[in-house]
Amino acid sequence: MAGLPAAAGTPRAGAAKLGTWSDHRVERVLGAVACIVLLLVAGMVVFVFVRAWPSFADNGLAWFGSGGNVDQQLIDIFNSPADPDSYVLTLRAWPLLYGTFLTTAGAVFFGLTFALFSAIFIVEFAPERLRKVLEPVVRLLAAVPSVVYGLIGILVIVPWVNGLISQERKESVAYVVQLTGTNISVAVLILTIMITPIMIAIIVDALRAVPRSWTEGAAALGVNRWRVMWTISVRTARPAIVAALVLATARALGEAIMLSMVSGSAGFAPNPIDGITFFFEPTRPLAATIVDNAEGLSVVPLGQTLYAFAAVLLVSSMFLSLGGFLAKQPMRKYGIRP
Amino acid sequence: MTTASATAPRDSPSKWPLIDRLGLGMAWAAGIMLCLIAGAIVVYMLVKGLQELNVDLLTSHPQPSLDQSKTGGFLDPMIGTLILTVMGTLIAVPLGVATAIWLAEYGRPAGLARAVESGVEMVAGTPSIVLAIFGLLIFQESLFAAFSFTAEGGAVYGRSFLAASAMMSLIALPLVVGATREALQSIPSHIREASYALGKTKAATIRRVLVPAIRPGIATGATLGMGRIAGDTAIVVILLGATLQLQGIDALEPFGTLRGTGSTLTSYVYVNSPAGEGNAPEKAYAAAFVLLAIVIALNFTVDWLARRGKEGSAWTR
Repeated sequence: MAGLPAAAGTPRAGAAKLGTWSDHRVERVLGAVACIVLLLVAGMVVFVFVRAWPSFADNGLAWFGSGGNVDQQLIDIFNSPADPDSYVLTLRAWPLLYGTFLTTAGAVFFGLTFALFSAIFIVEFAPERLRKVLEPVVRLLAAVPSVVYGLIGILVIVPWVNGLISQERKESVAYVVQLTGTNISVAVLILTIMITPIMIAIIVDALRAVPRSWTEGAAALGVNRWRVMWTISVRTARPAIVAALVLATARALGEAIMLSMVSGSAGFAPNPIDGITFFFEPTRPLAATIVDNAEGLSVVPLGQTLYAFAAVLLVSSMFLSLGGFLAKQPMRKYGIRP
Repeated sequence: MTTASATAPRDSPSKWPLIDRLGLGMAWAAGIMLCLIAGAIVVYMLVKGLQELNVDLLTSHPQPSLDQSKTGGFLDPMIGTLILTVMGTLIAVPLGVATAIWLAEYGRPAGLARAVESGVEMVAGTPSIVLAIFGLLIFQESLFAAFSFTAEGGAVYGRSFLAASAMMSLIALPLVVGATREALQSIPSHIREASYALGKTKAATIRRVLVPAIRPGIATGATLGMGRIAGDTAIVVILLGATLQLQGIDALEPFGTLRGTGSTLTSYVYVNSPAGEGNAPEKAYAAAFVLLAIVIALNFTVDWLARRGKEGSAWTR
């Protein structure tokens, strides 16, 4: 809202002369344009859910459960008869949901730790000349398209990781799953590199916004520089850190192309009981599954299944933006704009 | 702290408690790792890109062929990126600026304004893959048949430059709205009041005073949005058809091209990576290098615009 006491100060006398640019009309036109955005969002939610409904309805809550090979189920759905009454819609999406969770949570966990310390370094401890280079570099890394990260991953990291897996390890699980260089660790690694710069940028801005008098006051009391950063600045910037977390999670959740390139693209749920092998097991998150099966979108039952994946992603991202909105509130209270 | 202060104006980390020194060490380690990773990515892409890039690649059309020496270059994907970026921005900027002005200057009724605000935030948080298949759903309706081509049984294909750029504009929209709102909020209210005092209406104030003043802000948002559009892959793969060449429809040029399918640099990189059908890493590297150069150029433009926005128009302070 502009800092203007609304209509009271607005002269309306000349409005009639201006014709098309009259005040009322402009307000209404601009408001209508703004409502287009609202309509689009509502339309998106409705359309996606209506299209996704048969898949949820056919499976019930078992949709979210495990059971059977999800890739085989997707193939069966793709090959189901053309008669609407005999569509195959059976799906147990757990491996995909679990894969989404694993890659997102892993990347966000490592990314946040790394981003927090990097941000503290950039704001407080980096030598001036290094800082001047680092800041644009971070923004540059945040802008690098995900497909470029995917390309580096699949051409550089994947062959290297493939060499790390011993032949015995590959043979030991060959009857269940094929171990290659494309696996969960590579997916988490590349995803971490992809989402960290965004978090660094937001956290750096928030740490800078901490009132100087607070940190200087602490320093004057004899608190050392690290402790000032850790106890005053980081604590004040906590809402911004949550906001960064939310943004990075949304990005990781929705990343499709890059993950379809490096995650192994197999509907397999990596099992932590497998020990070291766990880190080399392939997976495939929801978003990557949509891309991998995009050619089948015109097959009605597979389309419905893929829209169900999209619906799950949509609901998750909705909850995330709600969380981000709530997280920003405390910072406003202190009069700091995140 | 009575003895040390005389000699050391700044306490040295060697006297800190162990846990603090550990934290400092972690911060340095993280910072140095960041430098190394960033340096590695930039240098690697630079070396690989310059190795593989040549003029032929930039000026020849891609051809379907099993022989790598005959698959041509990526002229069409470059044109595709250009078309999508320009059209997406052209849709996003008016929509975004109008929304931002309404939110910041009018915003009545307050409930609706809050709803629009969270709507914009939701668009920002929606994965582009979801936007892509939502776009497919819309543009396959027969109502929008004019935007793409219609197959012989009346089925609308739904994939075209028009459809893709409409969805791409949604990616850029939150950035335009954010930058424009920020610029509007940074204009002090006495500027507006001065305009009212001269007898201008609110609408006239927006048109003659505020919009000229926030132009650098709008440009920043638009450029950020262009970077996003140029870098997005999911929408291109699903909503642009990702055909190698621009496949226009026999209609009036240039509208035929816009209704047709094509590819962009991002989808070209994807298709030519080992994950795609093309599997020509050299070409993928070269295309990724060009893509990266475009994104970096846009990035510098944002910096330059932001600086100019701060210097120029001193009257808005």
